Amino acid sequence: MLRLTCPYCGAAADETELTPGGEAHLTRHGPGSSDEAFEGYLFLRKNPYGVHFERWRHAHGCGKWFHAARDTRSLQVFGTYSAQVTRPPQDIIDRIAATHPGFDWEAGQ
Amino acid sequence: MSFRLETGGRLIDRGAPRRFAFDGVECTGFAGDTLAAALLANDHMMVGRSFKYHRPRGLVASGVEEPNALVGLGIGGRFEPNQRATMTELFDGLVAESQNRFPSLAFDVGAVNARLARFLPAGFYYKTFLWPRAFWKHVYEPVIRQSAGLGQAPTETDPDAYEHFHAHVDLLVIGGGIAGLQAALSAAQSGAQVLLIEQTAHWGGRAPVDGVIVDGMPAGAWVAQTVAALQAMDNVHLRLRMQGTGVFDHGYVLAHERLTDHAPDAPGPRHRLWKIRAQQIVTATGAIERPLAFPGNDVPGVMLASAMRDYVVNWAVAPGRRTVVVTNNDDAYRTALALLDAGLEVPAILDARDAADGPLPQQARARGIPVRTGRAVVKVKGTTRVKGVGIGNAGGIGLATDTIACDAVAMSGGWSPVVHLWSHCGGKLTWDNTHAMFRPDPDRAPTGADGQPFVHVAGSANGALHATDCLDDAARAAVAAAAALGHQITAQPPRADAPAEAPMQPVWVMPGRASPAQRMKMFLDYQNDVKVSDVQLAAREGYESVEHTKRYTTLGMATDQGKLSNINGLAILADSLGAEIPQVGTTTFRPPYTPLTFGAIAGEARGDLFQPVRKTPMHDWHTEQGAVFEPVGQWRRPYAYPRKGESRAQAVQREVSNTRENVGLLDASTLGKLLVTGPDAAEFLDRVYTNMMSTLKPGRCRYGLMCSENGFLMDDGVVARLSEDSFLCHTTSGGAEHVHAHLEEWLQTEWWDLKVHVINLTEQFAQVAVVGPKARVLLDRLGGMDLSREALSFMGWVEGELAGIPARVYRISFSGELSFEVAVPAGQGRAFWDACLDAGADLGVAPYGTEALHIMRAEKGFIMIGDETDGTVIPQDLGLDWAVSKKKADFIGKRAQERVHMTDPDRWKLVGLETLDGSVLPDGAYAVDDGLNANGQCNTQGRVTSTYHSPTLGRGIAMGLVRHGPDRMGEVLNFMRTDGRTQPARIVSPVFYDPEGEKQNV
Amino acid sequence: MSELLCTEGLARIETVSGRGMITLKGELESRRFRNVLAKALDLPLPGPLSCAFNGARGVGWMAPDEVLILVPGEEVPEALARLRNKIGDHHITAVDVSDARAQFRLTGPGAREVLAKLSPVDFAPARFAPGTFRRTRLAQVPVAVWQKEEDVFGLVCFRSVADYVAGLLVNAAAPGSGVGYFASGG
Repeated sequence: MLRLTCPYCGAAADETELTPGGEAHLTRHGPGSSDEAFEGYLFLRKNPYGVHFERWRHAHGCGKWFHAARDTRSLQVFGTYSAQVTRPPQDIIDRIAATHPGFDWEAGQ
Repeated sequence: MSFRLETGGRLIDRGAPRRFAFDGVECTGFAGDTLAAALLANDHMMVGRSFKYHRPRGLVASGVEEPNALVGLGIGGRFEPNQRATMTELFDGLVAESQNRFPSLAFDVGAVNARLARFLPAGFYYKTFLWPRAFWKHVYEPVIRQSAGLGQAPTETDPDAYEHFHAHVDLLVIGGGIAGLQAALSAAQSGAQVLLIEQTAHWGGRAPVDGVIVDGMPAGAWVAQTVAALQAMDNVHLRLRMQGTGVFDHGYVLAHERLTDHAPDAPGPRHRLWKIRAQQIVTATGAIERPLAFPGNDVPGVMLASAMRDYVVNWAVAPGRRTVVVTNNDDAYRTALALLDAGLEVPAILDARDAADGPLPQQARARGIPVRTGRAVVKVKGTTRVKGVGIGNAGGIGLATDTIACDAVAMSGGWSPVVHLWSHCGGKLTWDNTHAMFRPDPDRAPTGADGQPFVHVAGSANGALHATDCLDDAARAAVAAAAALGHQITAQPPRADAPAEAPMQPVWVMPGRASPAQRMKMFLDYQNDVKVSDVQLAAREGYESVEHTKRYTTLGMATDQGKLSNINGLAILADSLGAEIPQVGTTTFRPPYTPLTFGAIAGEARGDLFQPVRKTPMHDWHTEQGAVFEPVGQWRRPYAYPRKGESRAQAVQREVSNTRENVGLLDASTLGKLLVTGPDAAEFLDRVYTNMMSTLKPGRCRYGLMCSENGFLMDDGVVARLSEDSFLCHTTSGGAEHVHAHLEEWLQTEWWDLKVHVINLTEQFAQVAVVGPKARVLLDRLGGMDLSREALSFMGWVEGELAGIPARVYRISFSGELSFEVAVPAGQGRAFWDACLDAGADLGVAPYGTEALHIMRAEKGFIMIGDETDGTVIPQDLGLDWAVSKKKADFIGKRAQERVHMTDPDRWKLVGLETLDGSVLPDGAYAVDDGLNANGQCNTQGRVTSTYHSPTLGRGIAMGLVRHGPDRMGEVLNFMRTDGRTQPARIVSPVFYDPEGEKQNV
Repeated sequence: MSELLCTEGLARIETVSGRGMITLKGELESRRFRNVLAKALDLPLPGPLSCAFNGARGVGWMAPDEVLILVPGEEVPEALARLRNKIGDHHITAVDVSDARAQFRLTGPGAREVLAKLSPVDFAPARFAPGTFRRTRLAQVPVAVWQKEEDVFGLVCFRSVADYVAGLLVNAAAPGSGVGYFASGG
């Protein structure tokens, strides 16, 4: 039963007030894309026991989608941030690197 | 025999007798008794039969770890099985019955299993009842279920109330012994807001029983003083009878409060499930004493030494007159001394250690108790009650050198910290060789959202078993928890004093070199009837993983969760495998720590509040008319309105005919209505619908399809363009929230550059479909709007007032008839509905339900989301290619529909089906094809998606998906029925009725 | 107009009828727009998780781009017209949602406990004070709940589940079911 702070309204939202949206920072591949690219976009998901970037919606709240960076092993939440970015904010990446030396967001994409 | 002592009993009130019944026999106890104490006072040592062998079993413990005294409590709707007598507070009129015996506790037919015990080892059921397969369901399982298992489930409705409560605290302290009290006090004094909970009805835990001195006063006095101090603080909340059930992610804790179990006539809910968010948690959950594994250690009268002390000191109950104490540590000597204090006999203390010279053994010797070191119990005499013990060498092969007559045995194999709550959320354990126990590893604590530990263990739960260490440890835990909350504890904690104790010595099998026959009588897990020999067998058969052994032998399963059995079982397994205990490791401790009731889990969600039922503004009218409802999502929609003497089927047929011949009313309020506005609204809708919406003119409507990114058809509905930059999108009845969320997701996470607002207006409007040849006449009578063919053409909408009510009228049809859907403010929906009924009385107006709606749409070949679609169907399968734009560069699902499988010409496609004899095809039936598939099943070539009896055509009609279906008109397929026979049906056009659309074009 | 659902037990609970409600979506993050809007409404605009009232009129913060405007029912058409006239060329959507929602009022010192039985939000006085406005879940349905003044809470839910919500509230307020938690400073 996670608790995540919605970056839009600032509420500490109970997991039962949220709906999960799976992996964050996917790039959409539409008409004209290769089968491989489309498969990766639609089906292939990371499932790490460790650092993960996720999409959540504050459904029983302000209704906004947001992103969360957290460690599925330690349950640490490095931060929540706008869903309208293509890269996590640097301060969150820095916070991850503090507990996961050598963490490289780009390399994981 | 067991009996009540003349004096003493710190928890009972001798002036307040309480009557109760056990197995139909009336008994008496006192206020303050547990059921277990009262049973002992009435000489009911034997309280049940064991799970598998039906061996007589007696009380072993005095708290939550009790494995045997599980009884059925209460009667009728309040009957509850598997309740621990040790946790049941006595009240006047309590009714309890023993379990797992037939026909009676004293004479039990199933006890024959005990004599067959050597044929029922671990894995017996797995190995024996494999074949023949058919026997499992009809022979083996019913017989095994009758003979095994715990109590019976109640059959009547539970009349009690239950509820939940959400609490948010700085610090939750679980456990109200001296460690928990001290931790709570220190933290509260530092400024933290504290919730302290205790599972029993009393504060103080073991310390008052064990004669501990705290801060220079008897523990009981210190506990009373500390509780009073805590109660006086407004940042502290205290709760008794509340069990810390489980610790979960991010400081989420479930706690089970029992409010009226001890006072059934009190008002209010019976149980309350607390859902707590704690920033920090201190678990001060104590320790549980371990049994010793000697032959016959399950004979009634063999009890944990600490439990025996509890019964004597707390409730003035003597489990026996002559008690032999057998131990591997100093703590059990307290029991011998307590028994002496109560005037009872202790003929011997058998200490497996070679020496016992600490203060407690010296006291025992000084008071004349024979202390025999290096000795062990090698045999227990008696079956339903201890009659004596055979004594031998602790390290020997089990020969009895002498025998002592006694009627009780107090055993102690050392202590195991209660690490369950620490472990639930990932806390790891470390092996403590000195005390032969697993205790929390402070370097591997459960971590919270900040990545820092959020559970701190205090006192004996942390392995600090001695009272002095216990309070010191509690102080340390309080400092750590307070620091994490930003508070500082400066006050020095009080000191606890108790006699020093010499180290214990692990004893896993007693005697050390016992024979195989003796090992078959050494019980590790009383509740699940697992013996030393079972674990050894499992090891021999290759179950090397502790998790596998647990499941194979059932050691520590079910409600026990390893409370009594865990360490002893692990030690035996480790020994059998020639490994060390830390290498073997421990099984996972899972919530709940102790069982909680289904009532507490459900809370208020029962009866009318089981789930939300969504009602339209006309719901009460439907109910008054005797409508039969069906669930559509959480909505309740009228299925049909049967009249007196009419069956449902007859009502449906009448409603269809009346609508086609006169005029029908449908409550369509449940249709989703999403307002989409903004300068980019048209562009947005072009991306989410498969068809082109930007070309729709204001004032006009268009049927649209929505697909998922997977390409599959998700929802459909009519889109009305309200103005250049606003659209009203209708969704299916169950789909409004889902589609709204879908639109928001794309707007917020992919196309956030679009200036678009989406607002769910579903419930702002009541919507009534006025359908049939006389629909226009009816609406004209209401007055206020020109709804002529010229003023409002098919697929148009207009706004105005009807019968004085603001209305928006859409001329759309899902039935093939002349049809108007009228949206009015929800608050005036009922008035509009009534006005339609009044105005149309002489026109034959009558409401129709969802089944008539379904039949009429099927007669027209219109698809229904959820019937023709199931999440694997694309619009092209349904002949809806016309609604999938070829011009648009992109829309949600377009790329997916280009995949090879989606463009496969062999995909099943929509057709109509009619049986040759006019009967109705079974719903979901498959059309068989030649040959068999890889699993030896018939190949299939299609299936029925909708099937009805059409009153309009007087025959069965159906729609289905068939391979190459549209190219096979006239062909006859065979559909498999549930009775194994096939039913032939011909492929026809899905439009059965008025294919030219003349009926609506008037 | 309002219907009294319960007076005994933990709180007085009643339905509130005849209230007008307007959903307004727009660029509330823009200071310029907020000023224009506040003028059009003649009410201060509340920040996240809060509401502002002036007598019978009020505004609740629903989302970064959405507010709920509460006015007497008969004032809705006029309020909508004023918004459309005074908002200029800002992209807004303002619609009447009065009929789409049901409103309740909970009064009394036990009202917090009634709500805390049903919602995961922290209703402790220190963290849910007058002026707090939260959208959350009440048992199984979405609601918005706010505290207008000490011990007076307002709550809106969708119209279709009004009976369910009424049942939840009355059940949670049952006599004898007091928790006594917030009274102790919890």
